[in-house]
Amino acid sequence: MTTAVAIVLFFGVTAYAVFAGADFGAGFWDLIAGGAERGAKPRALIDHSIGPVWEANHVWLIFCLVVLWTGFSSAFQSIMLTLFVPLTLAALGIVMRGSSFAFRKSVFVTKQQRVYGAVFAMSSVLVPYCIGAVAGAIASGRVPAGGKAGDWWSSWINPTSVLGGVLAVAVCAYLAAFYLVADADRLGERELVDYFRRRAIIAAVVAGIIAFAGIFVLHADAKYIFDGLTSRALPCVIVSAICGVSSLVLLARGRRQLTRVLAIAAVATVVIGWGVAQWPYLLPVSMKLSQAAAPDATLETILVVFVAAAVLIVPSLALLYHLDQRSMLASEGVSQ
Amino acid sequence: MNALIAVDPVPWARSQMAFTLGFHIILVPLGVSWAFMALIANWRAIRRNDADALALAQRWSKYMAVTFAVGAVTGTVLTFEFGLLWPTFMGRFGAAFGIPFAVEGLFFFAEAIFIAIYIYGWERMKPWPHFWTLVPIIVSGIGGTVSVVAANAWMNEPGGFTLDSAGKVTNVHPLNVIFNSAMPLEALHMVLAAYLVGGFLIASVYAVAILRGRRDRYHMLGFVIPFTVAALATPVQMFVGDTLARWVYKNEPAKFAAIEIVPKTSSDVPEILLGHLNSNGTESGGIKIPGLASWLSSPSGGKNTTIKGRNAFPTANEPTIAETNVVHLAWDIMVGLGTALFLLSAWYALYWLFRRRAPLIKPFLWLAAPAGVASVIALEAGWVVTEVGRQPWIVVNYLKVAAAATTNGGVWITFIVISVLYLVVGVTLILVMRHMSRRARATPGADPPDDSDAPYGPRPGVLVS
Repeated sequence: MTTAVAIVLFFGVTAYAVFAGADFGAGFWDLIAGGAERGAKPRALIDHSIGPVWEANHVWLIFCLVVLWTGFSSAFQSIMLTLFVPLTLAALGIVMRGSSFAFRKSVFVTKQQRVYGAVFAMSSVLVPYCIGAVAGAIASGRVPAGGKAGDWWSSWINPTSVLGGVLAVAVCAYLAAFYLVADADRLGERELVDYFRRRAIIAAVVAGIIAFAGIFVLHADAKYIFDGLTSRALPCVIVSAICGVSSLVLLARGRRQLTRVLAIAAVATVVIGWGVAQWPYLLPVSMKLSQAAAPDATLETILVVFVAAAVLIVPSLALLYHLDQRSMLASEGVSQ
Repeated sequence: MNALIAVDPVPWARSQMAFTLGFHIILVPLGVSWAFMALIANWRAIRRNDADALALAQRWSKYMAVTFAVGAVTGTVLTFEFGLLWPTFMGRFGAAFGIPFAVEGLFFFAEAIFIAIYIYGWERMKPWPHFWTLVPIIVSGIGGTVSVVAANAWMNEPGGFTLDSAGKVTNVHPLNVIFNSAMPLEALHMVLAAYLVGGFLIASVYAVAILRGRRDRYHMLGFVIPFTVAALATPVQMFVGDTLARWVYKNEPAKFAAIEIVPKTSSDVPEILLGHLNSNGTESGGIKIPGLASWLSSPSGGKNTTIKGRNAFPTANEPTIAETNVVHLAWDIMVGLGTALFLLSAWYALYWLFRRRAPLIKPFLWLAAPAGVASVIALEAGWVVTEVGRQPWIVVNYLKVAAAATTNGGVWITFIVISVLYLVVGVTLILVMRHMSRRARATPGADPPDDSDAPYGPRPGVLVS
């Protein structure tokens, strides 16, 4: 039962990384798109692609937090006590990002739009960095078990956390660039396809280098995870590397069919690899999942809700995507 | 460095939770009940081929999206805060307290998706199927409210679990956690409040517009639909609130003693309007209505009904004198404003009855215009009664607030930062909605379907930069 809930939790983490990651990454490209005029076109595309379901992405984060606090309460307590600073920054970043995005379409004056745009873009980098740093803190065993607080600062300012934060930002940028290439392609914006393809290639290379450098960081700073990644989780690492490299090669060759799927797979397998490498610990190496687990009835409830969500939510999401596609076809017909 | 900035975190954590929840709770009624108002407008639009009603439903769907978007982020912050501010609470009771939240997540997800579907569906779905997509929004709004209030009710009347010798939660009964004894009435009270506040708040905007001379059919409809919903909810709310108060008298006597500022257990307790407790624990001031508090607590027992006073509880287990005064004042404000809103609703109903139309006359509109803000104040006051009235407990008889709070001394900083941030967000939200409505007025008739105001809506097939 504990295992099933842990898988559900990691499913949430992976979904958040893949869906919200692309959102955050789009904010990153918005941030570095340059001056108002030069960046106008890429920003318009970013706005366009981020639109439809960005709201739903918060749900994944809330889902992870609720499963963690309900299913593994005492570990949640330790994490929240120790990582107060980065988690608070992440929460503030989410408020700034969400509200500036909701508002920036509705404010008229360009100057105001720019302010909201800037807040949106900066918080899009802040939030994944903080969440990556939190992951690094947990992975490197800096969150003590038993509802105690670890060190306020060194718990999230350390080699593994910096690696986690930087890797999270890079991965988001990588994912988003691949999505944006596909969206630009669908809209027939040749110029933007090239624009984001160049950036996608750079992001893929940078993310690859960081991931590679990360191996050494983990070897020095997070031994348990390193051992896990080189044994149990090795298949995940290999699949991730293959997907990452082939997404890059295909994109560089101008192919676009499979690239997005490969990019998603590359990111998802890294996140899953982290989970497998930590197994059976929730807080390596002081607290196992089984030690933190809630009573069975609580875990059952989580699983029941999860199944109900899958049954109810998947068809509704499908309807939403269907409508999204349909609207595009309809209005394209009018404009051509 | 930690020592330099460390300040006792408990009052700051309480303030931050109170402030962020107090902010979020204003958005809740709009998220919950607006879809229902849109449902009425949309139904009218299709059934009677009413262009004004159609324009209302379309515009409301966009405002709904903006308020829901902001409500989603402030709700996300609350999820963080449960852990950041109350780690011991979550660590010890998360296995029980988290259950209603897991269910709430389901409703929240459905609501987010269907709001998007509804906005997408204009012009892209046939009218009736599109109309029906409002129903999941309404159902999940109510379901989400009931789930969250179930969690709050559980804090008042914890049940559905046992503690082992180490104080760990065992033997959880999820259904007993959700359907704890305080849940049915509390949840009903809040759902009605959402419809009442949402109705008065939306109607008040149109009341102001009509007073400013926009006496067209569109604005009148925009007033009548939400005001009717609120006017229907108000008398039911009075009845439910009264029942809930008697429930609190029976089951949460310490809270009830604070509500009625009763120093000593006695019968023939007067209802004190305003008034306060002195630092020595005696009450003074206010207008006393002899025996009424006793009579209201149990009409069958009449004046002889005994009400437990503050002396019946250990001082460490009941609200402080300052907290008691806050609870009592908040109670008076809630009941006072609720009664005023009931009288306003009665006027509305009688006018309908005798004149067969809505009282769109100046004196009535002058009172309806502030009704929205008044209902929000009543909502906040009611929430203060239940929360401050529970002090010093976070989980009654199990865990005190002070023991549940974080030990991080830097909470005062996050409180200041988050307060400033929320104020900016709140002010901007109001400005943006005003701006949207001004722009909408500039283009009469139904809105263009590709209106770009909504934070998430249909995407044009071409890039607009």
